[in-house]
Amino acid sequence: MSAQPRKIFAPLDSIVVNSLRAGDVALLSGVIITGRDAAHKRMVDLIQAGEPLPFQIEGEVIYYVGPTPAPPGRPIGAAGPTTSYRMDHYAPLLIEKGLKGMIGKGQRSKEVKNAMIKWGAVYFAAIGGTGALMSRCVKEAEVIAWDELGPEAVRKLLVEDMPLIVATDVLGNDLYSTGPAHYKTASNALK
Amino acid sequence: MKTIFTDDITSAVRNLCIQACTVLGNDVIHQLNFALETEESSIGRMVLEKIIQNAETAATEHIPLCQDTGMAVVFLEIGQDVHIVGDLLPNAINEGVRQGYKDGFLRKSTLDPITRVNFGDNTPAVIHTEIVAGEKFKITLAPKGFGSENMSRVMMFPPSAGIEGAKDFIVQRVLESGGNPCPPVVIGVGLGGTFEKSALIAKKALLRSLGLQNPDPVLASLEAELLGRINSSGIGPMGLGGKTTALAVHINSYPTHIASLPVAVNIQCHSCRHAEVEL
Repeated sequence: MSAQPRKIFAPLDSIVVNSLRAGDVALLSGVIITGRDAAHKRMVDLIQAGEPLPFQIEGEVIYYVGPTPAPPGRPIGAAGPTTSYRMDHYAPLLIEKGLKGMIGKGQRSKEVKNAMIKWGAVYFAAIGGTGALMSRCVKEAEVIAWDELGPEAVRKLLVEDMPLIVATDVLGNDLYSTGPAHYKTASNALK
Repeated sequence: MKTIFTDDITSAVRNLCIQACTVLGNDVIHQLNFALETEESSIGRMVLEKIIQNAETAATEHIPLCQDTGMAVVFLEIGQDVHIVGDLLPNAINEGVRQGYKDGFLRKSTLDPITRVNFGDNTPAVIHTEIVAGEKFKITLAPKGFGSENMSRVMMFPPSAGIEGAKDFIVQRVLESGGNPCPPVVIGVGLGGTFEKSALIAKKALLRSLGLQNPDPVLASLEAELLGRINSSGIGPMGLGGKTTALAVHINSYPTHIASLPVAVNIQCHSCRHAEVEL
């Protein structure tokens, strides 16, 4: 577990995806897409119907975020991560279709972790509730699909030095399990 | 008899929405700094540092603390010698929410639960009214994010579960929530009452300033015990491991029925936002 941040770039190279380990601290720069509950439902509905998506997901990193509106002179408002488990139902299919990275918060299901191992994808935790700080990492933002979803529309973001923690890696190592296990004290929380 | 005009209520609610979503209370910042001193995990300390920096950035640059600017929960304390003049009170409050979320560039998150179509103005607010003595008119606005709201539960225990059953349920709820509600969290607990009363007093418990001792010594001791158990779980900041899982446990109680022991656990993320004003 290294606390020294590693600079990585999106779209992620598969060598980088394979080399990231749970507990690594990273600074992500480059182009990523956003999507949360409603967009995930639409993506999976289209894929299952055999229809094309209005944007590419192969090789991409998706950020689970529904930002606040951009105030004048800024590309985006507050833009921290939303809770990831709500996307667990949809994520395995997207990973199978080539999604390489996910950014959110909170632990993932066994199904998502299995898909990450099988197809090679990484899950990053962003720090929940730091929407103002994360906003400053976003240099450009553009809605690329489903504008009518408002905060849930799919956006393309240009980000710089976005602080992330590798939560789950391609080997299935999961900081949401190992981290708490390490700091749990002998006097069990549940008696 | 004191007269209050609903235009003034609208304008107060508008300002409270913006203030609550961008300025974190000093009590919360103080507890976060204290946690930073005691946290053993390096990732945990990094998370706490970023949370504190975020509060500074939000306040100075007028950016919301969190993109989930919540549903607007409004607590009113209305003195029974107050006369409200103008629009219907809930309309005045909803108009304030509408203006605050628009003018403050806050996120509009309310929608129809069946069609899931977003209303686009973050109304309606959830309004709780309490009638008090005299001429007081106090508005408390607590924007509630749903990452943590989704982790909250009400359990109607049989009396045989006893207080030990209630304690295990509260700790278990926090453990099962893991990193989802953005720990370090504040836990609001409602013990007793009816189904809805337990939930309401649990939510009200979240409004108490952090660091302020519960005036009831039995509840104060229960809070300390639960906080110790929760922070020994190892969940830590953002659920990534550490000693700081909760900043506080706040318990409110109310008499209940011979057949039951209602227990409500309302989980609040570290962005424990509320703002209040008296007119």
